[in-house]
Amino acid sequence: MSSPTGGGTFLGLPAVPSRPPYGTGNLRGDRAFPEAAREELGNDQLRRNLAKATRTIRGKRLAVTAELPDWEQLREAGAAIKTDTMNRLPELLEQLERKVTEHGGTVHWARDGVEANEIVTRLVQESGSDEVIKVKSMATQEIGLNEHLESRGITAHETDLAELIVQLAGDRPSHILVPAIHRNREEIRDIFRAGIPGVDPGLDAVPAHLAAAARAHLRKKFMTVPVAVSGANFGIAETGTLSVVESEGNGRMCLTLPRTLITVMGIEKVLPRYRDLEVFLQLLPRSSTGERMNPYTSMWTGVTPGDGPQEFHLVLLDNGRTAALADRIGREALNCIRCSACLNVCPVYERTGGHSYGSTYPGPIGAVLTPQLAGMDAAKNDPNSSLPYASSLCGACFDACPVKIDIPSLLVELRHQHTERSGTTAEKLVMRAAAAVMRRPALFTAAQRVTAAPGRLVAGRDEVVSRLPPPFDGWTDSRDLPAPPRQTFRSWLASEEGAATLREAAEEGRRDREGRAAGREDDDEEAR
Amino acid sequence: MRIGLFATCLGDTLFPDAVKATAVLLARLGHEVVFPPEQTCCGQMHVNTGYQREPVPLVRNFAEQFGDPSLDAVVMPSGSCAGSVRHQHEIVAARYGDAALRARVAAVKAKTYELSELLVDVLGVTDVGAYFPHRVTYHPTCHSLRMLRVGDKPLRLLRAVEAIDLAELPEADTCCGFGGTFALKNAGTSAAMLRDKTDAVRSTGADVCTAGDSSCLMHIGGGLSRIEAGTRTLHLAQILASTRTAPHPLPQPEATR
Ligand code: SF4
Repeated sequence: MSSPTGGGTFLGLPAVPSRPPYGTGNLRGDRAFPEAAREELGNDQLRRNLAKATRTIRGKRLAVTAELPDWEQLREAGAAIKTDTMNRLPELLEQLERKVTEHGGTVHWARDGVEANEIVTRLVQESGSDEVIKVKSMATQEIGLNEHLESRGITAHETDLAELIVQLAGDRPSHILVPAIHRNREEIRDIFRAGIPGVDPGLDAVPAHLAAAARAHLRKKFMTVPVAVSGANFGIAETGTLSVVESEGNGRMCLTLPRTLITVMGIEKVLPRYRDLEVFLQLLPRSSTGERMNPYTSMWTGVTPGDGPQEFHLVLLDNGRTAALADRIGREALNCIRCSACLNVCPVYERTGGHSYGSTYPGPIGAVLTPQLAGMDAAKNDPNSSLPYASSLCGACFDACPVKIDIPSLLVELRHQHTERSGTTAEKLVMRAAAAVMRRPALFTAAQRVTAAPGRLVAGRDEVVSRLPPPFDGWTDSRDLPAPPRQTFRSWLASEEGAATLREAAEEGRRDREGRAAGREDDDEEAR
Repeated sequence: MRIGLFATCLGDTLFPDAVKATAVLLARLGHEVVFPPEQTCCGQMHVNTGYQREPVPLVRNFAEQFGDPSLDAVVMPSGSCAGSVRHQHEIVAARYGDAALRARVAAVKAKTYELSELLVDVLGVTDVGAYFPHRVTYHPTCHSLRMLRVGDKPLRLLRAVEAIDLAELPEADTCCGFGGTFALKNAGTSAAMLRDKTDAVRSTGADVCTAGDSSCLMHIGGGLSRIEAGTRTLHLAQILASTRTAPHPLPQPEATR
């Protein structure tokens, strides 16, 4: 791993030594966000499912976070622990490596997705299996592990129910926590009928029946496949303990039944101490599923002879994380514990869905993390450059985030990095011109005057502007604009009318106060 | 109290009635309203769109215009501009300014308030003596809610208005979809958000939708106007400045509803 502190960039300009490499894998879409969103906005089914699902999760989360009197302190603690972790990541990772090794595990370091995929493939091949069972994991999705294994003749079976649905449909997940949030029951029934070998062709859309069909399918895999691949929610440096939290128990099956366990963990998932779990095991389930506790919390430390997997490999994945760490401001995004609360409160995500972001990480944190991990190519039209703009900066994500990541400020920071790197664009010229006018009050007033008349003309008699040329047509497609008023505030204030109005208001106020004071005296009089 | 009034570029140019109402209200409450004549723009649009070098002169100008120590407070009828002054000016100054600018920015920041904050926290009033006999719904704009944390201050001011019929807005704290240049860069998504907001406003049956920021009101009002909802938008200051002697007339005739 390259030194995280060496590339101290502040303005987004490469410093010496050169910036650590960006990540590879599913961290870049093929279209800019607005284009991708346009398509998704037209998908009514998606919008209905999303609105319903996010609203339900929002309500549950609010209920279980409000009931804890120390919720805000927990958030503070979570943010502090994560910030401390990032500040001394190299030493913590080395400690983790030592501890895992001491307990019989093997640690591998992967600079990027390509290396991680190669390492996992080699390990699976060495085990002699051509199948693996998988625990739901963002990291392996990020590096496109399943596709890579497939290209080497190895079949990966997702065992998380929603991931299974997505996999059988040949689809991409659209939500960190609820990957199939964009599918409804009937669609899932059809996917199972077409995708599960030997499934009852009369399978209906009753949730219990759907779950039973998946269960029968997965049981066979749990009992026969000798290698499992997982991610990790936490890796404890102090003890070498890895942890996965989940709802279904299918993860637990993968983590305990096979002979070999391979865990791919992003390097930012390390935590210093075992007792830090106290904080995060409260923050995570309440923020993500809105549960007080998730049903299954698995922890394992290396290998235990005669119990569970007898071979354990930990693949520590950089894939752009060191690049993110080198950004003094942007590194805050690495504090993310992938709870998905920010997605569920995001009004943009609720309407566009996860696919519009083109990355494994959608929603507000995705709009920050994806460009952090994979860069925003200064060459125009890098879809990643459009992500920091995919937000109205409403700030709902910041309020929801259990580790208090100031996502709106990070978005603004990334927008700045983007404009700094993209040379002289038309927009930059406009911004410069606007600033040049506004910095000189005389010019500003003149500009107010010259734009008002044509504005009023365009508006016509009803004083409403309903059509504007590009790039402002996006506004007038669905909104009117009022005509500029006859008089600006400053000219009104300088006018006799303005001065008189303020004088009268002051006098009226004085009379009122005197009247009220007199009234009080009368009352006092009467009281006596 | 000597209060510096920042009209904001949008308020000065497009929505002067909201600024007039702010000035009238403060004068009526017995305060001296000072309008530094060289003021222009806080640079919020620049910063939010990713430009931090360009607005340096704007940040400097703002600090110079309102740094005057004889001003006890600085007020603006805009949650987002107050947010910009309080949260973004120091970022710009730290990065592209000098020590003098940083000091000035910090000094102005400490006495800058959005209207409802000034009234409730600084001037200690909730009943400003207003009279507004109409059905009103209040939209808490994102920046006043989550950047400035004004909480229920605007609602406390509205509840004290005589004869007002206050209707609660469903899903009030959801963004209206404006977001400055977001409304242009992601016009479709913004419009989808706006549609849900205007539906919520309409469901209240209010005559007036109010808020503490002319920019969000421009957005919501633009949407309401397009669908001919008949609900008007008025800045909070305009409701608070309306009195029995000088009531605010509703801008559109009832017939268009
Ligand atoms: S940014 Fe915060 S709210 Fe969003 S997924 Fe990460 S931890 Fe959760």
